[in-house]
Amino acid sequence: MSVVCDHSKCTGCRKLDEPKCVQNCPGNLMAIDPVNGKAFIRDPRDCWDCMACVKLCPCGALRTKLPYVLADYGATLVPRVREDRIIWTCTDVKGRVEEFVIRTK
Amino acid sequence: MEGSNGGWPATTGQWEKLDTDILIIGGGTAGCLAAVAAKEAAPELKVTIMEKGHIDRSGCLAAGMNAINVYMNPGETPESFVRYVRYDACGLIREDLVLSMAEKINEVVRKVEQWGLPITKDDNGQYAARGRWNIKINGESLKPIIAQAARDTGACVLNRTVATNYLVVDGQVAGAVGFGVRDGKYYVIKAKATIIATGGAAGLYKPNNDGGAHHKMWYSPFNTGAGYAMGIRAGAEMTSFEMRFIALRTKDIISPTGTLALGFGAPQVNAKGERFMATRFAHWGGEGAPTPIRVWGPTVENKEGRGPCYMDATHLPPEKVSELKASYLDMYPDIVLYWAANDLDPGREPIEIQGTEPYIVGGHCQAGYWVTMDRSTNLGGLYAAGDVSGGAPYKFVSGCWAEGVIAARAAAERARAASHPELPDPVLVAENNRIFAPLRRFNREGDGVSPQEMEERLQKVMDQYAGGVSTYYETNEERLQVALKQVRRLKNQVPYLVAVDLHELMQAHEVIDRIDLAEAVVMHLIYRKETRWPAYQSRLDYPERNDFQWLKFVNSRRNPETGELEVFTRPYERIVDGDRYLPRG
Repeated sequence: MSVVCDHSKCTGCRKLDEPKCVQNCPGNLMAIDPVNGKAFIRDPRDCWDCMACVKLCPCGALRTKLPYVLADYGATLVPRVREDRIIWTCTDVKGRVEEFVIRTK
Repeated sequence: MEGSNGGWPATTGQWEKLDTDILIIGGGTAGCLAAVAAKEAAPELKVTIMEKGHIDRSGCLAAGMNAINVYMNPGETPESFVRYVRYDACGLIREDLVLSMAEKINEVVRKVEQWGLPITKDDNGQYAARGRWNIKINGESLKPIIAQAARDTGACVLNRTVATNYLVVDGQVAGAVGFGVRDGKYYVIKAKATIIATGGAAGLYKPNNDGGAHHKMWYSPFNTGAGYAMGIRAGAEMTSFEMRFIALRTKDIISPTGTLALGFGAPQVNAKGERFMATRFAHWGGEGAPTPIRVWGPTVENKEGRGPCYMDATHLPPEKVSELKASYLDMYPDIVLYWAANDLDPGREPIEIQGTEPYIVGGHCQAGYWVTMDRSTNLGGLYAAGDVSGGAPYKFVSGCWAEGVIAARAAAERARAASHPELPDPVLVAENNRIFAPLRRFNREGDGVSPQEMEERLQKVMDQYAGGVSTYYETNEERLQVALKQVRRLKNQVPYLVAVDLHELMQAHEVIDRIDLAEAVVMHLIYRKETRWPAYQSRLDYPERNDFQWLKFVNSRRNPETGELEVFTRPYERIVDGDRYLPRG
């Protein structure tokens, strides 16, 4: 399992004591690269795929990527977190899009 | 401590001494509820949570939950629940513990609903049932909701702080020690009462996904048995490590099948399309057989050449398939991505299923501390709640909440009366040396065994000799003796562990804890000479259940004088009437 960081979106959350992804990863896997100031995952193998970091990222910079040993390349699942709900957009390998709105409060 | 190439902060190894009235180790499902209950019972007491991750997303609930799986729906009682759990656990449970947990369930569920958990209601305004003991929730934010409640009560939270051992003075637990994953400090936390709530253990056995997907597993891979190992090392009495948990999950992505079976009525079928549970496993109860049998069934089908096995949801119309996906997004979003990536439509083709590797967990099975009704252990001042506590299976989320509340009330009572004992310095110095040894070795030698290497070796041994996936969960005396010998060899390799930074130091202690636990698991498996829970505990040399000799608990305790782990039995006590092998008996 793994998380991919879009460097064009990641700001490294410099104004926070600790970036949201670094603070919340249950496996202590997210860190900030001291050279470029962007988030990265210490070891892609060790991700549980809970998507906590993806949902909490204020910049929408993180994306879950399934390991290739399990899944084809080309699909995406993007959560947009709102005050009381999450809007999930799933795009499959053939480009078909499904959207789900799920309450959280 | 001297750093090497800036791998760890300058504060690494520095002593940080703290005092608290109640120490809760593990800020997960049970720990957060314990914190709230402790502050409610005794607002004047200082309550501290020691948490390896961050309490907002730590433990099993990181991704969320889509159901509460223990709730007394209308018409059910704590007694009917005990009858069901006893049947599901093949006749052997601590009925006193299950009863006391069941009596608290509806109260704690209502409490968490008041904190903001959305629970689905039916047309009459009642909680919507999803099965006999289940209700539907929108629980994506379940963990941050209970974490906020714990913070709101004024509990002090030490995030990113790993517990490594109890402080034991004259057989009483007087707090715990550990280290900070961020600051590297050596934490010495004195407490008048301590609640262990660290959860169960993943990663003892080789996972059925390997390489880049090795953490694609049922249980949180970051729950590594710390609480079990600390108890074993300190001489706590433990029970039922041989009753391992194996989850029936969807193939590859390891998402829950309860959502399919209970929520969407999908039966199990084999490669020939045969509903094998209803035919070959009818005598066990078919689709309603005890949980171990529902994973043993497809395991037998695979072993005997009738696999792959599936759950068939092809009866669902498109709008129901969409509802199924929405349900998964609340707790296991990656199956929706997996279906999208592999062009799979569960409304058109059956979903392949498999059993996971074995885990040690007291909330589904009953491995853990041997406790009394108030969840106190045999070590004075130590209480256990949630997955780390034994004898009471079928806890799941709400049962862990209930146990957190029960343990906290007892701990508060003790903390009000107790005082802080003096701690002997040599013990604290020795533990500091033990904790930071992998960093020091890396500094000094540069070479040794990495935590990952040791973990893989342990998992291989357990898989091949102690009933892992590769042997269809079955084992025998001879294989188990090999496992024991090899696990003990690994224990002797611990001094060679190296860690390059604090993250690896955490991983080093995770593997040390797993090895100590694995030794106990193997000894328990050797001791029970029957097969009580097929798949969970399958002895090829004793393939039948034997109530005459083995309707009892297998317990263990490290003898403080000799240092040896001693295994013995404790009797089963029946409290609730009825047939032990029938769900409503």
